[in-house]
Amino acid sequence: MDRYITAPYDDQVAKSLHSGDYVYITGIIYTARDAAHKRMYEALKEGKELPFEVENNVIYYMGPSPAREGRPIGSAGPTTASRMDKYAPSLLDLGLKGMIGKGKRTEEVKQAIVRNGAVYFAAVGGAGALLSKSIISSEVIAYDDLGTEAVRKLQVKNFPVIVVIDFEGNNLYETAIKEYREE
Amino acid sequence: MKTIQAEIITKNIKEMCIEANHYLTEDMKQALHQAADTERSPLGKQILHQLEDNLQIAAEDMIPICQDTGMAVVFLEVGQDVHVQGGLLTEAVNEGVRQGYEEGFLRKSVVKDPIFRENTKDNTPAIIHYDIVAGDQIKITVAPKGFGSENMSRIFMLKPADGIDGVKNAILTAVKEAGPNACPPMVVGVGIGGTFEKCALLAKKALTRPVAEHSDISYVKEMEEELLARINQSGIGPGGLGGSTTALAVHINTYPTHIAGLPVAVNICCHVNRHCSRIL
Repeated sequence: MDRYITAPYDDQVAKSLHSGDYVYITGIIYTARDAAHKRMYEALKEGKELPFEVENNVIYYMGPSPAREGRPIGSAGPTTASRMDKYAPSLLDLGLKGMIGKGKRTEEVKQAIVRNGAVYFAAVGGAGALLSKSIISSEVIAYDDLGTEAVRKLQVKNFPVIVVIDFEGNNLYETAIKEYREE
Repeated sequence: MKTIQAEIITKNIKEMCIEANHYLTEDMKQALHQAADTERSPLGKQILHQLEDNLQIAAEDMIPICQDTGMAVVFLEVGQDVHVQGGLLTEAVNEGVRQGYEEGFLRKSVVKDPIFRENTKDNTPAIIHYDIVAGDQIKITVAPKGFGSENMSRIFMLKPADGIDGVKNAILTAVKEAGPNACPPMVVGVGIGGTFEKCALLAKKALTRPVAEHSDISYVKEMEEELLARINQSGIGPGGLGGSTTALAVHINTYPTHIAGLPVAVNICCHVNRHCSRIL
């Protein structure tokens, strides 16, 4: 089913999305990958503030290639989400409502998604040129020294993603493979 | 004896880094196109069409195909009658990578130390493999390697008694564990034999072979065909979201090995299987 949503979004929207839905996101999302997650995790442990309000927001696991002149961003596809699994549950417990990446998640992350009524989306891996066309603007808001791994605030329009794990714990990676397995 | 200037090598490496990150080879494009026709899952088909669109946008707008523009793997086949003048060959290659990643707006993804992880900010050093061959030419192959799929690659030190079935099972295990993480449809490079490091290198080199070109050893060709069919029956599909296209090709290289060993390396590459070659 095709869905159009605006980010940030609340519990009600998150719980209306189901594993397998094709979703177009418009609004604001934030990028963070390995190094930024590590810093945010350490900041939380030390009781410091995070670079953006996590509640009701979406994090895109992505580190872009440099933008050419006059463009908001370079190639901008998802990175493997499992490297953020160590950090994701703490952020979900703070109210993070969505994560965009690719690849499998741990049971701990799935449980945190269910516990908090959030969503794990996949964007198509290796389609960074295509996905960059749905990004209207990009601004580094924290950890500038991390280069491609800095935290960016992105304005997106109809950014295409697929719901993999929904708030009920359904996991498209598991169900879809069964459907097409022939062995 | 032929003399090649180091700066000519640098210039070519620079251009090749940019070329490989924006254009796939014709065989890869055709393989994706064919997969989009035959894929059984509607979502899988849609994803494959997006990947084709992605290639077109990358080429027309000069946006890297994937934001992970890789660690620059460079194969050099150096004719033993070639003399490189004006600098060290290794430094000429690294300078080419440095210039290519800067001027081509490619992502710098290399960290100086695996534990302390400070970015080198110019994507060097490259991973360079030298072969000394006959003749007075240098053949360069640049193959930027992304780490989504590199992280899912495996090496198995099997026992000789495990035989061909053990080898097949090892390859299938690696592919199934990789699943959606490796950005399928994948190209699966396999090395069988040699030593621990030789085996991994055979697998890496197998990724640069044109898709659909088989080994000229008949049992190896049969294995390539059988494994491709079995991988595509796994159900993993495009993006790992289900379907009949999990791999575009399986390429296997073999080498003599020790009486006590049967090494198998599986180097997985995503659908952005980048490589280009030039002869100087």
